[in-house]
This record gives sequence, structure tokens and C-alpha cells, in this order.
Amino acid sequence: MVPAPGSHQGLDRLDGAWWRDWAARVLVSLGGISAILFIVAIIVFIASQGLEFAWNRLSWAELLTGARWEPTANPPRYGAWPLLAGTAWITAVAMLVAVPLSFAAAIYIGEFATGSRREWLKVTIETLAAIPSVVWGVIGLQVLNPLIQQWFDTPVGLNVLNAGVILGLMAAPIMTTLAEDALKAVPDTYREAAEALGATRWQVIWRVVLPHARPGLSASVLLGIGRAFGETIAVLMASGHRLLPPTSVFDSAATITATIAAELGEAAVDSDHYQVLFVLGLVLFAITFSINLLADGLVRGRRRRA
Amino acid sequence: MAETHPEPAAGLAVAVRRFNLWYGDFQALFDVDLDIEAGIVTALIGPSGCGKSTLLRSCNRIVERLGYVRTAGSIEVLGHDVQHPSASRIQVRRQVGMVFQRPNPLPISIRDNVLFSQQLHDRRRWSRSDQDAVVERSLREVLLWDRVKDRLHERAVGLSLEEQQKLCIARLLPTKPAVLLMDEPCSALDPAATAAVEELIWNLRGRYSILIVTHNMAQARRASDRCVFMLMGRVVEHADTEQMFVAPARQETADYIEGRFG
Repeated sequence: MVPAPGSHQGLDRLDGAWWRDWAARVLVSLGGISAILFIVAIIVFIASQGLEFAWNRLSWAELLTGARWEPTANPPRYGAWPLLAGTAWITAVAMLVAVPLSFAAAIYIGEFATGSRREWLKVTIETLAAIPSVVWGVIGLQVLNPLIQQWFDTPVGLNVLNAGVILGLMAAPIMTTLAEDALKAVPDTYREAAEALGATRWQVIWRVVLPHARPGLSASVLLGIGRAFGETIAVLMASGHRLLPPTSVFDSAATITATIAAELGEAAVDSDHYQVLFVLGLVLFAITFSINLLADGLVRGRRRRA
Repeated sequence: MAETHPEPAAGLAVAVRRFNLWYGDFQALFDVDLDIEAGIVTALIGPSGCGKSTLLRSCNRIVERLGYVRTAGSIEVLGHDVQHPSASRIQVRRQVGMVFQRPNPLPISIRDNVLFSQQLHDRRRWSRSDQDAVVERSLREVLLWDRVKDRLHERAVGLSLEEQQKLCIARLLPTKPAVLLMDEPCSALDPAATAAVEELIWNLRGRYSILIVTHNMAQARRASDRCVFMLMGRVVEHADTEQMFVAPARQETADYIEGRFG
């Protein structure tokens, strides 16, 4: 039925397609907003569990610098310095492992591998990223532990080195993917220009591609650090969980996350011990949030300049 | 051939002999034979897909970036076969500079762009004043010095397209190339910038042998001494530019020049 010319009949009719479009828009918007809702809800929850203690009885100075974490002693001591130091040590070792590994892999995939080999490698690396952390923990416990004892002649192989290597291997796949994205974002015309000027492949990579991809590469490292900070179960299994600040990579150590996981189940709900673990969670959240923000800023800053 | 051309300026800049090129299974060039004289501007013209860019990009072997390229035959630049397996692509590219369709300065400073190729190969530590001299000489040669001398440390991508393209020519000069290859160097530029770059090309004539690919008939006529017309991967005609445009020897050349196909 064709409306007569000049008639407005039918123009204001809302048919099935219009309603489907409306419904789809609402659903998709809800999905998008939900991420923000969840993160706010999580912050509110963590804060609500820990803030009463943090406000009234917690000494922040002791929490951040105190060397004794003895929440069940009498009187209890809440010095989280051993946990902060343990986290920092293990993350540092993890980055020493993950940065060379992931950058080398990204350079190979992005600049040298071609065709199907490149695709296979990318799929394999994504699969590697999907290995559950408990599996990595078992590898630390059963494979790396005896190896470290044997190679370095230490009484225990569950230490900073073990946890760092495991964490590094865990963080490497996602860092590789991000680093490769950063390399891919370098326009090919730059490579062509440099090659036409007589640069070797390596010179092209070293003098043109890597400098140009630096913000993206830094972001990949920061996100890897965030990943290492947040990992829990693998670290708990591989680190030895010793509540003292490590002084070498062969010391056992404990991290913030592992401590929360290990102790939350034993702490009476709403006790000081229970609450201080949530405060630790807030500290962890603040650290990873800042790291992510920094990484995001790096990537954005680059885009603005380019 | 090396001994027959001891004096490059007097002889041939590029000698192509029975040169064939395949992209995978597709043959792009068929038995190309071509003598490009030194010290003049030679234009390569022909319809899209005729192989003129492929031929140009074979002269410095940048065509091999694609990875699935095979060749047969030889291309000699100043008597050295650049296609020979023992020839170093790196050395070839120092002798044979290339300018691309879109200006492609590297995302570093103007000064660093000019010094880029030299610093790739020279392990010697250049003194600051030597570098300054090279930068000034190269930029003067492309008539850019007065416009950029106060902002040598600014990023090159901030320049106008015309300035960028001139910079891309300037950065070829420190390694003292014998041949300059230009792949439609003005196609991204407006008419005024085109005129300026053409004038520059004409100025460089004599000191360098220039091989320029162009789609623009008027440009080929204005800014070249000799013209090569290519069609379907073959060289159809190679003549003085004036001759080719006034009285082409072959019917296909005449048809193309007059715009009957293209």
C-alpha cells in the first residue's frame, strides 16, 4: 500500500523493526554500562568490609612499613611490609623474564614470521594465555622447585625466583600480544622508507620500529606488571609463602594476594584480621588501578601525537 | 660491463638486460631491455599495471619486500648487476636513492631524517660540525634550507607535503647516490607544490641520473629528457621526450599519449 503523494500517513508508525532496534540499543547499552556498575560495586563492597577498622584502629604507618605480619598473635601486628616487598621482588623477577621473552616473540611474529606460521604462532600464544593459573602453580611446585634446588643448591626451591619465573611465563603471552599490536601500529611506509635508505632488517627494527612503538611497548610492560601483581594461586604455590621481606631471589616470600587468599578463610568475619585483609585488597586495587591508568595514558598520548 | 663504463656520467646509469619479474605466478615484466643514460631525467610512462613501478622498484630491489618475487635477467647500475645474488641490497640502496608516491619522512626530526642513511653505515663518529655541514648541504641542494634552518629539530611530519617530499629527496643525498628513482613523486601534491618539486628535479638533473615514474603526461613532457613507454610488462618505445610526444613511432604510444586509453 503506497501512501498518496503529500500524505503523511505511515510516517509516525512504530513497526516491529523500530522496536527491535530500540530493544537492541537498550540491551547493548546496559551491557556497556554494567562494567562501570560492577567496578563501583566492588569498590564499595571492599571498602565496606574494611573501612570501619581502617578508620578507627588501623595504623597506616605500621601497615605500610611495619616488618611484622602477625595477625593472630597477641597483640596482633599488621605490618604488611613483608608482603609489599615480596610482591615487588616477585614482580621484578617476573618482568626480567617476561620482557625479553615477550618482546623477542613480538618482534619475531610482527617483523619476521609470515603467512601461516605467523597465524599459528599467534593462536598458540593466545592458547598459552588461557592456561589456568593453578596449572602454572603445579609446574612451579613440581617442576621448577626440584630444578632450583638442584641447580642452585638451595634447601627449598619455592622462592622469589620460582614464583617470578612462573609469573613471568604467565604474563608473557598477553604482553606478547600487546607488544605485537604496538609493532603492527607502526606504519609500513616507515619500514619501506628506512629499507630504501639502505637499512638492514635489524636496523629498521632497532632505529625505526621500536622507537615508534615505545609507548605501546611500555603499556604492554605495565599491563604485564598489573597481571603479575594480581596473580594469586600460582604465586601462593610457588613462592613458599614466608612472611618475611626477602633479601635475595632464593628467599621464600609472600605476596599481598597470596596472603589474602590464604588467610581470609580463617579470619572470623568482621574481626580486625578479616578487615585488614580487605584493606590490603584496597591497597592492591589502588596499585593496579594506577598502573592500568598509566598504561592507558601512554597509549592515548601516543595516538594524540601521531 | 663494468670495464666498458668507467666514467658513469658519460655512459649508462642503468642497463636492463632481458629482465623478467614474477609476483608469484603472475608475470609482471617480460624481457625488458633498456638503457638509461646517465645525467638526464628519464620518465617511465604507461597505463596502470603496465609494470613501470615494478621496473623502478627493481632497480633498488625494494620490490623484494613483498617476499614472493622472482626475477630473471639483470639490471646494472653503473656497471654493477644489482640483481646478482652476491650484490648487497644495502650497498645498492646507498647508490640508488628512492622517492615514494606519498612523502614518507621518518617520525624523527628533520635533521635526523637527513642524517639517517649516513649514520646507518658509518661507524665513524661524525663531529657535530661535519653533521651540520652535511645537513646544510643536502637541504640547500633541495632548496629547503632557508625554510627549515631554524627548526631542524622539529619533527619532519609537521612539514607541508611539498616540504616533506623535498626532505625525502634531501635525505638521499648524503650517501652520494648515482641514481635517483622517483615513483610518482608529485601525485600526493597540489599543483603549486608539484611545480616546485618538478623544478627541483630539473635542478638535480646532471648531478644525478633520474628515473621518474609518472601518470601525468604533461609532467613527463615538461620534466624529462627521455621517455619510456611501457605496456603490459613490455617496453614499447624509448625516445627523446619531444620526439615521443610530437611523433611517436608506435601506434600504442600515440593512442596512450592522446588519452585513447589509460
